[in-house]
Amino acid sequence: MLSEKSLAAIAHERTKYPAEQARSALLAALRIAQEEQGYLSEALMAYVADLLGLPAIHAYEVATFYTMYDLRPVGRHKLCVCGSVSCFLNGSDAVIKHLSERLGIGLGETTADGLFTLQEVECLGACKDAPMMQVGDHYHENLTPESLDVLLAKLRGGSDDVR
Amino acid sequence: MFVNGVTLQNRGVPDSHRLSVYAGTGGYAALRKVLLDPIAPDQIISEIKKSALRGRGGAGFPTGLKWSFMPKGVTGTKYLLCNADEGEPGTCKDRDIMRYEPHRLIEGMIIGAYAMGASAGYIFIRGEFVEPIHIVEAALEEAYAKDYLGQNILGTDFSFDLHVYRGAGAYICGEETALMEALEGKKGQPRFKPPFPASYGLYGRPTTINNVETFASVPDIISKGGDWFLNLGKPNNGGTKIFSVTGHVRKPGNYEVSMGLPFKDLLEMAGGLRPGRQLKAVIPGGTSTAMVAGAAMMEVTMDYDSISKAGSALGAGSVIIMDDSVCIVKTVERISRFYMHESCGQCTPCREGMGWLWRVMHRLENGQGREEDLQLLLDVGSRIEGRTICALADGGVAPVVSSIRLFREEYEYHIQHKRCLISMGDA
Repeated sequence: MLSEKSLAAIAHERTKYPAEQARSALLAALRIAQEEQGYLSEALMAYVADLLGLPAIHAYEVATFYTMYDLRPVGRHKLCVCGSVSCFLNGSDAVIKHLSERLGIGLGETTADGLFTLQEVECLGACKDAPMMQVGDHYHENLTPESLDVLLAKLRGGSDDVR
Repeated sequence: MFVNGVTLQNRGVPDSHRLSVYAGTGGYAALRKVLLDPIAPDQIISEIKKSALRGRGGAGFPTGLKWSFMPKGVTGTKYLLCNADEGEPGTCKDRDIMRYEPHRLIEGMIIGAYAMGASAGYIFIRGEFVEPIHIVEAALEEAYAKDYLGQNILGTDFSFDLHVYRGAGAYICGEETALMEALEGKKGQPRFKPPFPASYGLYGRPTTINNVETFASVPDIISKGGDWFLNLGKPNNGGTKIFSVTGHVRKPGNYEVSMGLPFKDLLEMAGGLRPGRQLKAVIPGGTSTAMVAGAAMMEVTMDYDSISKAGSALGAGSVIIMDDSVCIVKTVERISRFYMHESCGQCTPCREGMGWLWRVMHRLENGQGREEDLQLLLDVGSRIEGRTICALADGGVAPVVSSIRLFREEYEYHIQHKRCLISMGDA
């Protein structure tokens, strides 16, 4: 179910822990699987558990507990807007409203073209540069309506790695 | 005043995350001294005790004392962990240490590992921090290449392996035993204590865990002495501390200052309030600490003891400033939502109670509050506090109870008028 590259990455994770502690590599293995396939289907979770010699329930438990795992398909760009207190005090509701209007979707929804999913998340630990959001690997801080429009244009332009 | 002097001292220096830059400013000299002079493990721990360094993750436990709990003479692996699961709303300091000073953290951990006889360690970084994760991983590679990590470090008998562990999104993993569960590949749910990690930690082995800022304070304590560090602050509150000042200030940021700095000076460093605004309230240590009225806060100094006397806690040094444009009810409703979302679900008072508090806060904020709701919030709060395995639930109760105590009339206005006393619009 996974590419050689992903299998090698999981094998590398495995080396960081004692031989009898394969389960420690589970969170990383699920992340690597999700990065390749977009989300964690039940079949993929079971496959990952099997790779590490674990019962499938171990993978289900972890995948349903942590927020960074997606159990359903999401848009190519997941816009995760922080709504915790420092961002809230600095206008995170306005950020969500702006994105919602621009994209024509509400929180938790994905655009029809499959490009964007809009989410509100809890504190991302970048409170001094509020309001902020995470898109892929990158944080975007001190957001304004103008900077959001620039960012959306860049993401629509096709890059997955917009800083 | 001593500004940006310890854990973020190289912030602003180009490429400060590189080993060569760190070494060029005295980095790894403390480790060399410890291993090559050498300094006895006990002597390192007593120097840390002398410095009065206290845990910078929120609990403020004396670091030297914690290190002394690690058992001696046991066979098998002892572990040293770094808690970099920074997630308390208002806290954004460890991220900057990892981005700008990863080697200071790594050197502090290696010294700690030597002092406690740990042979393996993990830096548990929250999964969302992808940029810091890559920086710390690159720094670890540099440290291995320089023989500061791995087998027989610098030709001595001491060996220590250190890896990054990526979290996957859960505030609760900042609780030390939940973090260990996560590291074991499980749901991050806190363990009953005792046994404490020093006797039964990761994989059931003796384990010590400290925050990023705590470890990053260690190299300078070793090279300049415990007394030097202590005297930067005040007795029982040694050293400097990073305060993440956020919310309604003109220059939000991480300010690393001497413990004991008057709050009003810190507020001024952060650019002060916006024009024409008054200070209404401050959460001094992250949302799990009690709210303090603005006027009272202006009399406080930024150290564990002074903030504790004001009825709150220094916590992680996460100072959230609220001016007179905030609706307290709406703000606390938002904070309550966080605790409902982050409760791990293990203890009933927390799993049910965090949701209950939020639902009552939510109806108050939305004009559906009832006369009895304030008493209900206080009653529910008092039945949660102290009845759970970890401190998350107490942290969820604190903002609700403290804000009712300070701003009762604003809550009552919501109940009577079915709307906010102060409209925040889209905030």
